[in-house]
Amino acid sequence: MRAPREHYRQVVHHTPFHSRTAAANALNLWHRWRDHTVADAYFDVGLEYTALRNACAVFDLSPMTKHRITGSDALAFLNRLVTRDVAKIRPGRVGYCLWCDDQGRVIDDGTIFHLGKNEFRLCSQERQLDWLLTSRLGFDVTIREETEEVAALALQGPTSCRVLKQLGLAGIENLAPFALASFPFEGTDLLVSRTGFTGDLGYELWIAPSHAERLWDRLFEAGEIHGLKPMGTLALEMSRIEAGFIQAGVDFLPADRAIRTDRTRSPFELDLGRLVDFTKPNFTGRHALLEEQARGSRFRLVRLDVEGNKPARDAYIYDSKRTVIGAVTCSMWSPMAKASVALASVRMPWGAPDDELWAEIYYQKELKWSRINARCRVVKGAFYDPPRRRLTPAPDL
Amino acid sequence: MTDASRTVVIGAGHNGLVCAAYLARAGREVLVLEASHQVGGAAVTRELVRGFKVPAVAHLLYLLDPVVQQDLGLAGHGLVFAKASLKTIALNDAGEPLVLDGNQIASGPVSAADRAAYTGFIERMRRFAGVLGRQHGRIPPRLAWNRWRDALPAGLVALDIRRLGREDMREFLRIIAMPIHDVLEESFESPLLKGALAVDAILGTKLGPRSGNSVFAYLHRLSGSAASLPRGGMGAVSEALASAARAAGAEIRLSSPVASLVLSGDRVTGVRLETGEQIAATSVVSNADPKTTLDRLLGARHLEAEFARRVQHLRSIGTAAKLNLALAALPGFRGLEAAQLAERLVIAPDPGYVDEAFNPAKYRDWSREPVLEITIPSLSDPELAPPDKHVLSAIVQYAPYDLATGWDSQRDAFREAVLTVLERYAPGIRRQVIAAELLTPADIERQFRISGGHWHHGELTLDQFMMLRPVPGAAQYAMPVAGLYLCGAGCHPGGGIMGTAGRNAARAVLEGASR
Repeated sequence: MRAPREHYRQVVHHTPFHSRTAAANALNLWHRWRDHTVADAYFDVGLEYTALRNACAVFDLSPMTKHRITGSDALAFLNRLVTRDVAKIRPGRVGYCLWCDDQGRVIDDGTIFHLGKNEFRLCSQERQLDWLLTSRLGFDVTIREETEEVAALALQGPTSCRVLKQLGLAGIENLAPFALASFPFEGTDLLVSRTGFTGDLGYELWIAPSHAERLWDRLFEAGEIHGLKPMGTLALEMSRIEAGFIQAGVDFLPADRAIRTDRTRSPFELDLGRLVDFTKPNFTGRHALLEEQARGSRFRLVRLDVEGNKPARDAYIYDSKRTVIGAVTCSMWSPMAKASVALASVRMPWGAPDDELWAEIYYQKELKWSRINARCRVVKGAFYDPPRRRLTPAPDL
Repeated sequence: MTDASRTVVIGAGHNGLVCAAYLARAGREVLVLEASHQVGGAAVTRELVRGFKVPAVAHLLYLLDPVVQQDLGLAGHGLVFAKASLKTIALNDAGEPLVLDGNQIASGPVSAADRAAYTGFIERMRRFAGVLGRQHGRIPPRLAWNRWRDALPAGLVALDIRRLGREDMREFLRIIAMPIHDVLEESFESPLLKGALAVDAILGTKLGPRSGNSVFAYLHRLSGSAASLPRGGMGAVSEALASAARAAGAEIRLSSPVASLVLSGDRVTGVRLETGEQIAATSVVSNADPKTTLDRLLGARHLEAEFARRVQHLRSIGTAAKLNLALAALPGFRGLEAAQLAERLVIAPDPGYVDEAFNPAKYRDWSREPVLEITIPSLSDPELAPPDKHVLSAIVQYAPYDLATGWDSQRDAFREAVLTVLERYAPGIRRQVIAAELLTPADIERQFRISGGHWHHGELTLDQFMMLRPVPGAAQYAMPVAGLYLCGAGCHPGGGIMGTAGRNAARAVLEGASR
């Protein structure tokens, strides 16, 4: 822990795994995630991605913002905060959720871990303490940011269950998707959730920072013959686009950061209407979202299969009459789907499943620029969705 | 649970009664629930000691809505004025009082230039106040761009300002947010005149004469008519309103404090009394202040987060205390004839005095030399006191609600300070005191259930006015929870005994408005 009065001397910090991630980072490639340094890539983005999809890969997600929410009103508080019904997230389960401002515009998405009676953890990419404290008014609840008290790794890919078994986590194969379990690990508790951001079979491991390095070492001992590799943010980004997941700051602008209110998006406009439960009598954004439901949304998030092999980076989306109706928010060549794929935000009413949409793609080969108009097909769900992701017991490869 | 087709009004303050009367006249079944054993809220007449009746808090009527008076036929319900169009008499240390009578300076230690300027000043300020006055009876426009029907009322405000004409419009816009002190310095030179006018700008607010918005507060006060005294004390207004409401068919239950609102799903469907009794209602209209209604009776958890925060941040720290005295004889004020004691007396000999009285309030302390607005209503209304005896009622500033030390250890010292100031202007008054009651904002909060003890249920400043009152997003009387309305001074057009908020709220309820 840093001395409180000296905190300003260093504003970006190492994660509890830094000694190990630094040793593994052959490319010495880093970027800043909130207040921590994380690896973009360790040795080769393509190979890290390949390890993830064909064996398994480990990603340091310690900078993920974590909040501990406790107290007799913890459930009531979370239910007013997020749009879905938290009562349906049973103890020992994790739920994906998002939360809005009063205008029904998404502030961030994240996961709620139901750790025990009146005890929850809320994970989010962005800092949320201010909003949580604002939302606390009227609730008997304690909110503590515990980002630095918990070290976390994502272990993802087809052999991830095998590696954890090898590590000695008895019965891990029976852990269902979005379930939580605790295992003894060298005198401390290792919390394992079957969650991830890759759309694959995978787990997230949560442990005290004092045991972080041991966990890393033990994982690699157990995982080496199962193809375990470290994975940086760039490979993770590929996998999340393939999975069709959205990311704050990329696919939507967090409402609390927006200056121009028409730039923000509602849950419906992010294709996450299924996370909005109007049977709850009150949650922040409910009035505005009810109104939106009655009036119609302004935008639609679409997943696009783009003709050809050129990633539709930053492309405008046109309708059949060559009118600009939206833009791509993220795109890639998907090795698993064997397709150029993209997420895009388009104005309503465009983006229905059989709409004719076009992407205007600029690309260059050896500094020569070319332009193509590629036909796009609207795809439902993930671009890559392996059945192992949902199987219980998990396949033990 | 009983009949569910009724409207419940929480609180029989004047706005609650006005609202109940209008709703009942429109055919609604109305039940008014009042916590106290008498109607009126802060507009009540109470017996201080046997035979001496005082206006407990509010003591002068400036702003009572003439439309309400006429619609409800208040004269027919017993509202009679003991004295109308009170003059203002400002006192100074030299015993040379200044007498202000309407738009004239009747007499006093002011320069010829000030005497000449005064009439024009007051007339202009009345024109400006008229712009505010014309907004009172309108439901404020919404701050939303996508609703054209809301653009019209917003346009009417602009039109009212434009119709002042070029010169006045410029001046109106120049001074509306200014401190009264600066405007008075531009206009006058006589300290006593400036002090008296400064008091009109700060009474009941947490503003000093050098605070921004004090011109606005001054214009709000001026938007009514001259001060008057109802016969029977301020409680007589409430009794007349209650009588009108009952005549229209409303039922009023006294000594029935509401503990909480009852929700079913996302709707308010009734109230729960402190006794535990539940009363069903299709709509609930709360005359309680916004914080009491939304934080305590409803609960912030039933609001969305940003809205709940806005309610929490509503500025409602009362700074006005109330002194009520029972006097063995008519006091003698230096330089005043006995007949003049029936007027409105002001102790604020110069604007600096008012400013210095305000200074401690900024630091959560009380004024050692407070500003006083005094009436001796028993002179105009002999039934308030035994023969040859009198009651004195004074509003005292500044006494901040959130006193750093808390009020319990300071109340006596503060009362002594007030009596010392009084004694200086009315020598011998201390010996005439039979009984004294000093209500600090903390007492007003406790006795009248007004959070912060603020007369206006929230500062009356531009940031909390019209479409921003009580908070943005709820200025049309309908609250975000369906079936719940506000009708008190915390709503547009605010405090003072007006009744206009109650009238507007009734309209919103009848139109079935939602937020």
